[in-house]
Amino acid sequence: MQTSIILIVFLPLLAAIVAGLGGRIIGKFASKLVTTGALFLSCILSWPIFIGFLTGAETETVVPVLDWIRSGDMVVDWALRVDTLTAVMLVVVTTVSSLVHLYSWGYMEEDPSQPRFFSYLSLFTFAMLMLVTADSLVQMFFGWEGVGLASYLLIGFWYHKPSANAAAMKAFVVNRVGDFGFSLGIFGVFLVFGTVSIPAILEAAPGAVGTEIGFAGMRVDTLTLLCLLLFVGAMGKSAQLGLHTWLPDAMEGPTPVSALIHAATMVTAGVFMVCRLSPLFDAAPGALEVVTYVGAATALFAATVGTVQNDIKRVIAYSTCSQLGYMFFAAGVGAYGAAMFHLFTHAFFKALLFLGAGSVIHAMHHEQDMRYYGALRKEIPLTFWAMIFGTLAITGVGIIGIFGFAGFYSKDAIIESAYAAAVMGGGNVSAGFAFAIALIAALLTSFYSWRLIFLTFYGKARWASSEHVQHALHGHHEDESEVVADHDSADDHPVAVREGTGGYHPHESPWSMLVPLGALTIGAIFAGYAFYYPFFGTEEGAAFWAGSLVHNAELVEAAHHVPLWVKLSPALVMLIGLGIAYNNYIRKPKNPAKFVAMFGGLHTFLMHKWYFDELYNLIFVKPAMWIGRIFWKRGDEQTIDRFGPHGAATAVGWGNRLTARLQSGYLYSYALVMLLGLIAAASWAYWWAR
Amino acid sequence: MEFPILSTMILLPLVAGVAVLFQSAASARWTALVTTLALLGMGIALWAGFDPDGARWQYVEHVSLGAGGIMPAWALGIDGIALLLIVLSTFLMPICIGASWRSIEKRVPEYMSAFLLMEALMIGVFAAQDLLLFYIFFEGGLIPMYLIIGIWGGADRIKAAYKFFLYTLAGSVLMLIAMLYMVISAETTSIPELMEADFPAGVQWWLWLAFFASFAVKMPMWPVHTWLPDAHVQAPTAGSVILAGVLLKMGGYGFVRFSLPMFPDASAEFVPLVFVLSGIAVVYTSLVALVQKDMKKLIAYSSVAHMAFVTFGLFAFNRQGIEGALVVMLSHGLVSGALFLCVGVIYDRLHTREIARYGGLADNMPIYATLFLLFTMASIGLPGTSGFVGEFLSLVGTYEMSSWAAVVATTGIILGAAYMLFLYWRVCYGTQRNADAAAMPDLDMREIWLLVPIALVVLWMGIYPESFLEVMRNDVGYLLERIEHSAPQGDAHLGAAAAAEGAGE
Repeated sequence: MQTSIILIVFLPLLAAIVAGLGGRIIGKFASKLVTTGALFLSCILSWPIFIGFLTGAETETVVPVLDWIRSGDMVVDWALRVDTLTAVMLVVVTTVSSLVHLYSWGYMEEDPSQPRFFSYLSLFTFAMLMLVTADSLVQMFFGWEGVGLASYLLIGFWYHKPSANAAAMKAFVVNRVGDFGFSLGIFGVFLVFGTVSIPAILEAAPGAVGTEIGFAGMRVDTLTLLCLLLFVGAMGKSAQLGLHTWLPDAMEGPTPVSALIHAATMVTAGVFMVCRLSPLFDAAPGALEVVTYVGAATALFAATVGTVQNDIKRVIAYSTCSQLGYMFFAAGVGAYGAAMFHLFTHAFFKALLFLGAGSVIHAMHHEQDMRYYGALRKEIPLTFWAMIFGTLAITGVGIIGIFGFAGFYSKDAIIESAYAAAVMGGGNVSAGFAFAIALIAALLTSFYSWRLIFLTFYGKARWASSEHVQHALHGHHEDESEVVADHDSADDHPVAVREGTGGYHPHESPWSMLVPLGALTIGAIFAGYAFYYPFFGTEEGAAFWAGSLVHNAELVEAAHHVPLWVKLSPALVMLIGLGIAYNNYIRKPKNPAKFVAMFGGLHTFLMHKWYFDELYNLIFVKPAMWIGRIFWKRGDEQTIDRFGPHGAATAVGWGNRLTARLQSGYLYSYALVMLLGLIAAASWAYWWAR
Repeated sequence: MEFPILSTMILLPLVAGVAVLFQSAASARWTALVTTLALLGMGIALWAGFDPDGARWQYVEHVSLGAGGIMPAWALGIDGIALLLIVLSTFLMPICIGASWRSIEKRVPEYMSAFLLMEALMIGVFAAQDLLLFYIFFEGGLIPMYLIIGIWGGADRIKAAYKFFLYTLAGSVLMLIAMLYMVISAETTSIPELMEADFPAGVQWWLWLAFFASFAVKMPMWPVHTWLPDAHVQAPTAGSVILAGVLLKMGGYGFVRFSLPMFPDASAEFVPLVFVLSGIAVVYTSLVALVQKDMKKLIAYSSVAHMAFVTFGLFAFNRQGIEGALVVMLSHGLVSGALFLCVGVIYDRLHTREIARYGGLADNMPIYATLFLLFTMASIGLPGTSGFVGEFLSLVGTYEMSSWAAVVATTGIILGAAYMLFLYWRVCYGTQRNADAAAMPDLDMREIWLLVPIALVVLWMGIYPESFLEVMRNDVGYLLERIEHSAPQGDAHLGAAAAAEGAGE
């Protein structure tokens, strides 16, 4: 297995270097071939490892690579650690990544900078693999920042667009706010445990229960502090409430990027981190409560915003944000296996939804606003069916005991765990809160997911007034990178939408895009059914996870035996959501406008995404610039310089004369005087000292 | 007797520096390049021959300058810390000559002479083992730098040179007086002996402050940093590279060589002062960097913020902090040097440093944009680059001393990302607004040869920093032995002790 692990991780790096630095020499086709080939190889090597862990044939392995940092007790090595948890991530990352590479052959076909794009994709995959195979917190941080870099480069891939650059920078900086917490967490862990090696930390964690530590003038519980600091990092990467603002903007990147990075893999890194460190978090109930509340709040917040978005990618982005909230509160109530299960199934169906959306966008000539869609069902039937299966998976359609789509198993596992945790052992208020929120958010999820389907594929065609479609019709065939979005789809002003096709014929995507859709559809259908017991069985789970995360058998068992109404409620709210969407977007399509007229305030509030961006701009961005200018002009120039060098010069009165003399060419003689004076002063000092 | 390699490394550039004065512009360039490359070769030989587990001071040379009483001597010798700084200097110098190959057209022999003189003095500072010698090299370094800014600088060069001179002079006068006192009371001018001398606590206090005045200016620390942005903006590209790459390191070197080992008690007492000034520097200068419109000024302010990581780390009184600070010094020398070269590349083409005049350079200068991105990321401290290793270790050390300080210092990773990415965005991304900027050609071979070696070392130091840490390990150990007894208690320590007990049960 050792050789496979090395190849899995380093092939993508090698491919990224070849395509990135040599792309100009070897050309477009070779760059694509090298990167995609490397990724498929990684993927093919990953599945046997995962299956090995499923059957129990494989055990935890650590492959040392190189020494990294050695400073006293701070010993960090480059090493690749593979256990069950990592094996799950390996297949998720390499499968989605290889499919996205393939998909991009079609999606990016007209782009002039394809080697750069594929190089970034492979670089991202390498960093993500380093993250999930990390044996120490510092290597995890390496992967963490590496995926951040790749995400920055890919969001800003079309760097001519101001909005793409702004989004890329925002993503990096907001993530850095999270890293601020992550870094302090690592420092704190090192201070308390004297090591940054993950197994060593987890082993020592129980010993630190109940101790206190000083932090910024306070005395606080050691483990709670450490977990919360680390969790701030997770919140940044996984776009949890408060640090979520970058994720919707990240949709500026090409759609394959959104599928890979901002849905299936990178954004789940926070969940992975909490599960990887689950023994640490499990020993800090206070921190877990915070995780639960933040996760639940995010699940609700993002779902509400998702209901009013017009941009198809933004709907899915908020949906991702919301689903990540589910994963977090699952971990928060102690159901780490359920969190990982949802991460696993979500990777397939969310990547499917994004790539499906990409296929729609491709068909509609880069139009992303659903108000200009409609009636696409017959035009692009394969994409339509892929999206339908994705929606069935995310909304959790299924019949207990017979069969369900992926989300049916994983989301229900989370909801049941939350209920079980809420009633177990005297009750857990945060878990109860999470359970209630989970049901409301599930209703909203069903609503916005079906709204997306109905707006896009049903009703009458509304393509005529789309500027992108107009461009296509009138032969202004522009390169994708040159297209600057003229209308802001987040704009809450009603747009004049004319019905009709305008003579435009959407075209189904090429096979390179349809094959990944097909593969992911299989995942969205069967991933839940096939892997429910290993991930979330009471005994099977314990055997499968094999200590790579905390498997709370009691909680899992309780989750399997919740009352029937709890088991049925997710299905019920799903149906209600579907019903509302059907009623308002198929039966009475005038209703949404009426709703907006009636509840204008609420609608505006949601359209503005609860005003987070406006608020942050007001309290962070603008003051930073303003204070910067004050420090510069008032501080440096008017205070320090005035009383410092200028003050000294004027006080003595020779400053001006000196300056004048220098300007008249005495510079050399002055330097000579300086030199002689220096030697004289030093010599005199020593002779005198004798 | 062994070959006096250190003396050779000091005297060779001096001789060459005089020789070039009598040459034509073209041959002066070649003489300077060959000399600096030869010195780089010697620097590498020095490193190859250095035994990390050997004696504390290696390549020692000692020639007495007289008999009887306290007598200064031509005493040279290096430990691992000095070695790395010498190697850094010799590495950057040929790059500086290369960077000036075409952009300097007036008084070329004098210019090359100034650079060679500078190299001699820089190597001298790090190799000197005698207080008098050190002082002459340390302050002498001002003169060529002063000339470089004052003669070959930009439009406002006189003011900048004057400000640079005034600041550094003010600091050094106090240091000279303190040195005088030390020589009288310890009756020796030998730096290794002074490093073992125990001055009374009350005296240490005054001496520490006097040295601090000089080192804080050189560093530079807030609020005595305002000379740096002006000096950088006016200096020619190569001048900025040396200023950021090596001259700023003299402050940190001074703390390691003098303040900490010679006055450990006073150093411990002044930790709050150093931490407060460093904390202000991180936040203040980062915010100022955010609003700069001039590229060089932005990078100059970022230097002040980065140097604050050095002072944080050094005064953390633990191994991670000090080793981290030293790695930051090396890394910043490379990265900010490279960033100034990047500015120089486009300045040579368009003759402006105004950020708004550029934009969209990724289109017409892709190689440039790639390298600039790498150095930007190194400056931000991305793991895998040299910037991370130093920053991380120095912050780890800082946290052990004070969680408050670590919280403030760590905001630097947010602000640093903000101002650097904002700069990169405005220069390399976006649409091309100006025809002349859009018409600039990509890097030529000469420029690639200047930047790629730095890029490789930046990655080397980021991926396998052991090469560098190994050399300084024992020296930091000696320093720790010397200062440990006076190390202040960290604010987070009690909990850690309790945790250890808990784990033991």
